[in-house]
Amino acid sequence: MSGHTVPADISDHMLDLDEDEDLEVYSKNTTLADGGTMPNSPGSMVNQYQLEEDEEDHQDVKTKDIFVCVDNPESHITAIETFITYRVVTKTSRSEFDSSEYEVHRRYQDFVWLRSRLEENYPTLIVHPLPEKFVMKGMVERFNDDFIETRRKALHRFLNKICEHPVLSYSQHFKAFLTAQDLGPYKKQGPGFLSRMGETMRAVAISVRGLRTKPEEFTVMQEYIDHFSTKICSVDKVTQRIIKEQKEYMDELKQYSPSYLQWAELEEELAEPLKGVGNCIERCSKETEDQIQHLSEVLLPTLHEYVLCADTLKAVMRRRDNIQAEYEVKNEALVSRRVEQEGLQEEVEDLAGRVEQANSALRGDWTLWRNVMRTDLKSAFVSAADRNVEYYEKCLAVWESFLLSQRGESVEQTDWEHGS
Amino acid sequence: MLELPPEELRTADGQLIVTSLGCSDQVLGEGSRLLRRMEICVSEAEKRSCRNAVSMLETFTVYLIETRPLEPTADGRNSSPDSVWRRYSEFELLRNYLIISYPYIVMPPLPEKRAEFVWHKLSADNMDPDFVERRRVGLENFLLRVASHSVLSNDKILHHFLTKEQGWKDLVHETGFQAKADSRLRALNAIFRVRSPNKHLMEVKHYSDELQSYTSQLLRARTRVADRLYAVYKVHGNYGRIFSEWSVIEKEMGDGLQSAGHHIDAYAASIDDILEEEEHYADQLKEYLFYAEALRAVCRKHELTQFELEMASQDLISKKQQREELATGIVRTFSFKGITNKIFGQEAPEQREARLNLLEELTSEGEEAVKEKTAECDEHAERAVTDILQFKEQKDKDLQEALISYALMQISMCKKGIQVWSNARECFLKM
Repeated sequence: MSGHTVPADISDHMLDLDEDEDLEVYSKNTTLADGGTMPNSPGSMVNQYQLEEDEEDHQDVKTKDIFVCVDNPESHITAIETFITYRVVTKTSRSEFDSSEYEVHRRYQDFVWLRSRLEENYPTLIVHPLPEKFVMKGMVERFNDDFIETRRKALHRFLNKICEHPVLSYSQHFKAFLTAQDLGPYKKQGPGFLSRMGETMRAVAISVRGLRTKPEEFTVMQEYIDHFSTKICSVDKVTQRIIKEQKEYMDELKQYSPSYLQWAELEEELAEPLKGVGNCIERCSKETEDQIQHLSEVLLPTLHEYVLCADTLKAVMRRRDNIQAEYEVKNEALVSRRVEQEGLQEEVEDLAGRVEQANSALRGDWTLWRNVMRTDLKSAFVSAADRNVEYYEKCLAVWESFLLSQRGESVEQTDWEHGS
Repeated sequence: MLELPPEELRTADGQLIVTSLGCSDQVLGEGSRLLRRMEICVSEAEKRSCRNAVSMLETFTVYLIETRPLEPTADGRNSSPDSVWRRYSEFELLRNYLIISYPYIVMPPLPEKRAEFVWHKLSADNMDPDFVERRRVGLENFLLRVASHSVLSNDKILHHFLTKEQGWKDLVHETGFQAKADSRLRALNAIFRVRSPNKHLMEVKHYSDELQSYTSQLLRARTRVADRLYAVYKVHGNYGRIFSEWSVIEKEMGDGLQSAGHHIDAYAASIDDILEEEEHYADQLKEYLFYAEALRAVCRKHELTQFELEMASQDLISKKQQREELATGIVRTFSFKGITNKIFGQEAPEQREARLNLLEELTSEGEEAVKEKTAECDEHAERAVTDILQFKEQKDKDLQEALISYALMQISMCKKGIQVWSNARECFLKM
C-alpha cells in the first residue's frame, strides 16, 4: 500500500521507527510510575500518581481499584529466537475479575497484540503508546541491561495508563492480558483478512473523495494536534541536545580538575588552595553526571512518550475521519438512488450511529487526554527544574566549603562585598 | 644606572615629595615605593590612526596614563594630574629597557600581545572593546607592580614614561640599552654549557619551566570548559522560543509555559556575563604564565654571566700558562711558537722580553676581568635570589586571591542558577 493511505494494521504504524536519527532509547517517567512500590493488598490502594502540589481532581485519584506492576525481566532462549519476558502482577478489587491477584508472564509481542486490539475495539479512544521495537544508535545488542530496564519501565507505564482509563481498563482483551496464563487462544480471535481489507477500502474512499463536512470541533482538534506534535518534537530535540552538550561539558571538566592537582604538586604554599579548587571541580563534574542521568531518565522519556502520543492522536483523527467517510459514501449512495434501497437504509442508519458514537467517544477521551498530558508534562518539567536547583545547590555547597577552608570567618564578609 | 635613595626623590623644582601610604592595591609591598607617592592609573583607551614609516594608514589604540602626587605640594595646593597617552609598543619598549637594565629582577609582565586561549565566542581581535578593556587593566597592573617594586620604582626612565609624553623614546634610546639588548639576545640564543651552575638558580629555572607548562595547560583546559558551558546555557534558549509558540495553543498550560520560558531565556543569556568575568581570572593566571618566562630569563641571565666568568677564568689560566712557559722555557702546551722555536731556533732575548711584558699585562687585565665578572656574577645571584624570594611571596599571595575570586565567581553562578530554576519551577507549577 502506498504511504499516503492509512495502513490496515494501524498498530504496526504506531510503532514505526522515527526517521529522525536523534531518537534514542527512552525510559518511562519513573517519578509517576514507580515499578517497585506495589500495595500489599487490594484494600490498601495508594494512588501513586498523586502529586503533592497537584490539587486537581484527577479522575482516578479516589477510585483506583486496579494495580498493575511490570517487573522481573527474564531471558528465554529457544532454538529459533531469544526473547525477554516480563512478569505482570495485577491486584484488583473489581468484580469483573474472579480473583484479586494475578501473575502472568508476557513478552513484548503480547503488549503489541494488546494495544492493537484496544485500538481496533476503540478506534477513537486515545491509547497510550508503547516503547519502540528497536533502538536506533549506540546499541551493541538488543538485550543489554539498560535497554531492558528502560523498556520495562515503559511497559509498566503503558499498562498503568490503561488501568487509569475509565473505558479501556474494562476491555476484555485487557483482562485476558492480565489474567490468562496462555494468550494463544485469544490471539487467534483476531480480525480476519476481510476486515483488514475493509479498512483499506475505507481508507481509499477517504483519500479519493475527502470528507464532505468535517465538524468544526474536530478541525480545531486536528489543528491543535498538528501544532502540539511540532512543539513536543522540538522540545524533545532541544532536551536531547542539552543532554549532549552537558555530556561534553562534563568530559571537559574531567580534564580540567587534574590540571589544578598537577600544578599543586609543584607548589608549596599554593598547593592547598590549588588542590582545593581541583577537588571542587571534580565534585561538580560528578554532580553534572548525576544531573544528566536525571534528565535522561525523567524528562526525556516523558517528552518522548508524548512525541509518540502525537502520532497516536493523528491516527485517531484519521480513524474517526474514516468512520465518517464510510457513512458518507453509503449515505450518498442511498440519496442518489443509484443502488438497491432496502438493506441500505438500515446500513446507513447503523453507520450514522457509529459516527455519533465515535465522535462522542473521542470528545470525552480528548478532554481526559489533555488533562493527563498536562499533568504528566507539568510533573516532568517541575521535576527537571527541581533537579537543576538541586544541582546548583550542591555545587554551591562545594565551593562554599572551599572558601571556608581558605578564609574562615571572612567568607560572609566577602560574600557581602561581592553582592551575592 | 642611577639609583637615588627613595626618600630623596624630588620634583623638578626641588620639592621633596613626602612619602605617604596611598593605594590599597595588593601590589604594595614593604619599603618606600613610588606608588606611595603618587596615584597611577591607566584610565582610558582610544583609537588613533596615523601614517607610519612606509606611509600606510595604521590604526592602533592608545592608553591614557594619569598620575597624581598624593600629597599637596609645599605651598598647599593639590597638584593637578599628569597625563600621557601611550601605546602598547611603548610599554614594550619600557619593559625591554628595564629588563636590560635590571637583569636580576623578575620583570612584571605585560598583558598578552595577541589574544590567546580564546574560547569560540570570544574575540581574538585586538581592536575588540572587551579585549582593549582587559588590556587596559593589564597595563595598569603592570605599572602598579613596577611602581611598587623596591628597585624598579626608582628608575628615571620609568618616571619619564609616566610623565613625559614627548621625547621619552629619545631618552630611552640615549641610554644605549638597545645595543646591550641585541648582544644579550645573541648570547642567550647561543648554546653554551656552564660547568658549575648555581644550584639554587637551576632549581628555580626548572621550576619556571614547570610553572609555564602547568599554567598554560590549565588555561587551555579552562578555555575548553568555558566553550562547553557556553553551549549548554545557550541551547536552553531554545526552550523559551518553543514554549512561547506552544503556549499559544494551550489554554491552561499556556501561561505557566510561557513565563517559565522567559526565565529560561534569562538563564541562557546569563552566561555571557559569567564568562566575561571569568576572563579576568584567566588574565590573572596568564600574568603568572608570563611571569614564569620572566623568572626563567633571570636564571638564564645568570647562566650567561656564569659562562662568561668561566670563559674569562679559562682565558686567564691559559695566559698564565703561556707566561710561565715563556719565563721558564718549559713548553707544556702546544703552541705555534713552540714549533717555530724548534724549527727556526729560539727568538732573540729582546723579543722574548717584549712578549713576556705583554703577557704580564694581559694576565693582570685578565685577573681584573675575572674579578669583575666574579663580582658581577655574585651580585647578580644575590640580587636575583632576593627578588625571586619576593616574587615567590607575591605569587603565592596573588594566586591564592585569584583562586578565591574564582570560587566566588562559581558561587555567584550557582546562586543565579538556583534563582532562575526556582523561578521556572514556580511557573511550571502553574501549568
